[in-house]
Amino acid sequence: MLYIIYKLVLITIILLVSLGIAMYATLLERKFAGFLQDRFGPDRAGKWGLLQPVADGVKLFFKEEYMPNTADKFLYILGPSLTMLVALLTSAVIPWGPSIFIAGTEFSLQVADLNVGILYVFAIMSMGVYGIMIGGWASNNKYSLMGAVRASSQMISYELAMGLSIASLIMVMGSVRLNDIVDAQQGWNWNVIYQPVGFLIFFICALAETNRHPFDLPECETELIGGYHTEYSSMKLGFYLFSEYINMFVSSAIISTLYFGGYHFPFIDKLGLSPNVAAIVGLMIFFAKIIGFIMLFMWIRWTLPRFRYDQLMRLGWKILLPLALLNLAITGIVILATQ
Amino acid sequence: MEKIIFYSLSTLAVFSALMVVLSKKPIHSLLYLLLCFFTIAGHYVLLNAQFLAVVHIIVYAGAIMVLFLFSLMLLNLNIKEELQKTVWMRIIAVISGGLLLVALVGVLKGLDTSAGPMLASTQIGLMKNIGNVLFNEYMLPFEVASILFLTAMVGAVMLGKDEEKVVKK
Repeated sequence: MLYIIYKLVLITIILLVSLGIAMYATLLERKFAGFLQDRFGPDRAGKWGLLQPVADGVKLFFKEEYMPNTADKFLYILGPSLTMLVALLTSAVIPWGPSIFIAGTEFSLQVADLNVGILYVFAIMSMGVYGIMIGGWASNNKYSLMGAVRASSQMISYELAMGLSIASLIMVMGSVRLNDIVDAQQGWNWNVIYQPVGFLIFFICALAETNRHPFDLPECETELIGGYHTEYSSMKLGFYLFSEYINMFVSSAIISTLYFGGYHFPFIDKLGLSPNVAAIVGLMIFFAKIIGFIMLFMWIRWTLPRFRYDQLMRLGWKILLPLALLNLAITGIVILATQ
Repeated sequence: MEKIIFYSLSTLAVFSALMVVLSKKPIHSLLYLLLCFFTIAGHYVLLNAQFLAVVHIIVYAGAIMVLFLFSLMLLNLNIKEELQKTVWMRIIAVISGGLLLVALVGVLKGLDTSAGPMLASTQIGLMKNIGNVLFNEYMLPFEVASILFLTAMVGAVMLGKDEEKVVKK
């Protein structure tokens, strides 16, 4: 009984933290854009614009709800809901920090310790395309459909290279459990040192999977008005926009887990902290890494222009995929030679 | 607990499988099929085969069904454009469906369920065990199957190529 309550509390906390971080990521993004473009960014609502995300949320809630006449009603609502669900599901397997001990009982900071951890993440990521496609198709608008088709072909293309980069990571680690992967990266043994090419491929694919710049062709304003969410308004649009930020948060968490040591920190053993304090420090370090990656995502967004569609496909199929295959082969040869 | 999950999953699986056939719109039946795949993945998890469950979702739901969805959306099939079935086609369909039912009933009758299904090991579905079996005992079939897939892939690329360009070379 205690176990169920504790898991429910943990799930609620993770849900709220993901939503909160995604909410303030929108503000961070605008502030960051302001900084890079030499302007202030939002600073009217609250101190330093801290209430801006709340104001945006309220605005979206009270906007007029509009549904096109020719839309497939059920699928039109299913689209954004599915996108949101899939964006939130991945956080279930991420090990957020070391276990906390309260009165001798161990409380793990991970909701589900699956022994197919990475594969679960990969499976859920491959589901992400459905929400966008269903929403884009159900709107019954050619721009929406074009955006949806672009999104799905982009995701399918980049999933291959991503899967291969994960495969070479699994070969190095010898396990697909996320806990094992994090524990193997104690000290400076970060996977990014052993798999630099794999990390680069994974990172680029993560950008493409989250539909972030420079891969945001599905919502390319100059060509497609708004892309797959052209016909959406009110909170349904909010769900689409918001799930992008949740996706960014979860992708950053996964990149930190897989390649940057998760909650481990090089000198944490030498500080002589008690397990609980060490767990909290580890948790904070993990979040610092995540926020660092979110900043990197934003930096890229405000630095690079958007790709052209054929460039995007060429990069995915003719550069990243062969590179990932080569990386896989070299990893295999090195493992065989050093055994 | 396990029984409750099993029966609710099975009910959902049968319901979604029926809806695949019964729903009028192709997109709806595709989404029901997707639901069906997820319930089957749930059954794999109940059998302690998490790896199979996840791979099932990655391959079927994440790859194959996306391609189906893709083509369905671009073709934009409507109920109006569906082929009208003639009386003869219906009669033939009823007869063949009935024959399938008879065959299934016959198989079920001959089945000896008293002993219950026996698994060699409850751990067989785990990734390590599957890998060991696949790369030791079934090495040859596994490699042959992968070559088959490669051939199919090369064939698909060949078919997809612009014919004029191929001829020019």
